[in-house]
Amino acid sequence: MDEGVNHKRANLLKITVLSLVIILFNSPLAVAAEETGGAFNPSELINHHILDAHEWHFFDGHYGTLFLPVILYSSDKGLEVFSSSNFYDEHHNIVEFNGYKYEHGHILPLAEGRTVIDFSITKNVAFLFLNATLMIVIFLAVARGYKKRPREAPKGIQSLFEPIIVFVRDDIVKPNIGPKYERYLPYLLTLFFFIWFGNLLGLMPGAANLTGNIAVTGVMAIITFLFTNFSGNKTYWGHVFNTPGVPFALKFIIVPVEIIGVFTKPISLMIRLFVAITAGHIVILSLISLIFIFESYMVGFASTLIVVFITFIELLVATIQAYVFTMFSSLYIGLAIEEHHEEHH
Amino acid sequence: MELLTPGIGLIFWQTVIFIIVFIVLLTFAWRPIADALKAREGFINDALKSAELAKEEMAQLKEDNELLLEDARKERDHILKEALAAANRIKEEAKADTSKIAEKMIADAKSSIENEKKAALAEVQNLVAEISLDIAEKVLRKNLSGDKAQKALVDEYIKDLKVN
Repeated sequence: MDEGVNHKRANLLKITVLSLVIILFNSPLAVAAEETGGAFNPSELINHHILDAHEWHFFDGHYGTLFLPVILYSSDKGLEVFSSSNFYDEHHNIVEFNGYKYEHGHILPLAEGRTVIDFSITKNVAFLFLNATLMIVIFLAVARGYKKRPREAPKGIQSLFEPIIVFVRDDIVKPNIGPKYERYLPYLLTLFFFIWFGNLLGLMPGAANLTGNIAVTGVMAIITFLFTNFSGNKTYWGHVFNTPGVPFALKFIIVPVEIIGVFTKPISLMIRLFVAITAGHIVILSLISLIFIFESYMVGFASTLIVVFITFIELLVATIQAYVFTMFSSLYIGLAIEEHHEEHH
Repeated sequence: MELLTPGIGLIFWQTVIFIIVFIVLLTFAWRPIADALKAREGFINDALKSAELAKEEMAQLKEDNELLLEDARKERDHILKEALAAANRIKEEAKADTSKIAEKMIADAKSSIENEKKAALAEVQNLVAEISLDIAEKVLRKNLSGDKAQKALVDEYIKDLKVN
């Protein structure tokens, strides 16, 4: 009995500490206000948090910033690699370097008419590496469990992820794709865990807004688009270009709509995830900014309470968005490979 | 607006990393995990099914045993009945035999008695005849010694006869 109570108490303590850490670190690095010369600018703070950057700023001071490598490609100079610390002098002021200037998170060439493509390991790319490494380490460990103990009950990390894998398989992929689900299961599992981990890691203190970046969600949406259209069968294309059961005259309207629909599906995937995650971050940061705008204890207290609440909702949203993205991807693939059913109508 | 314009660098890295993660996990995680899960589910299903089957077999066996027992019981009853009947029959037969034998014995005894009687009578007759002859002889020997004497003699012999 006592043990149970202690256990519960310990859990409660953990949750409290975790929430506090999340709030403290998400809190607006009060110094951000100083950077703008005294006047606190919430939109700058928020943009700084949800946009990409060439350095990873944890806290102010000498060791507080991780300068990430800049990789540039231009037709005249070829590939250039250098540290983003070159854009800062010893007083942390932005300086020009090697014919480039660093402006609002973008590296621009000084010379007129030059174009440069930025392949830098930005904060989001670094976070991407972290996410990928974490996924590979975790799921190889899970797979090892199955190799070591075939036909036995799961153990350790394996038992943590098995229900989730089985959930994705049985409740997302199978009902939407049907009997041929096995071909698409690996992609959809990767998708689910990539988004879920990205969302959860994005809520961590100092984290990058990875899954709230339109490039990241866009690439995943395009991959789903490719999977969908490359697996599309005769029925699917027939439905798009020659919608059955529609009078000939109406086909001039329906077919363009169907063709647009092929492209709106991935676009909706891309925008949904990007908006849900970015909006969550913006809400939390705005509420925290309130404290620095009003500079009042009362507002601080109220804001903190609401932020705790929103953070818990964000944890939920992180999971729901991973579920929704995977579910819609499965649905689109399922519709593309569905067998012909028209004769039943 | 910057929020809505995807950076080429990030698109590039996201594509590369996502595909690498996908291929690595496909080969070393998802396929083995999916196969293992399937194998385990199959194994569990089979185990459950065979347990169910064993249960059914057990029930069948029990039923069979009961039937066998029932049969055995019937057989026993039947045998007992037959044995009882046989015993009774034997008893009856024995009784009948005994009375027959007894009757036969009685009959034998009677017939032998009859025979003995007949033999005895024959003997008596012979004896009477002998005695008569003897008497006749004696009478004949003494026939000359008067009627009276003869008569007395005959009476005497007859008396002897009666005694016998």
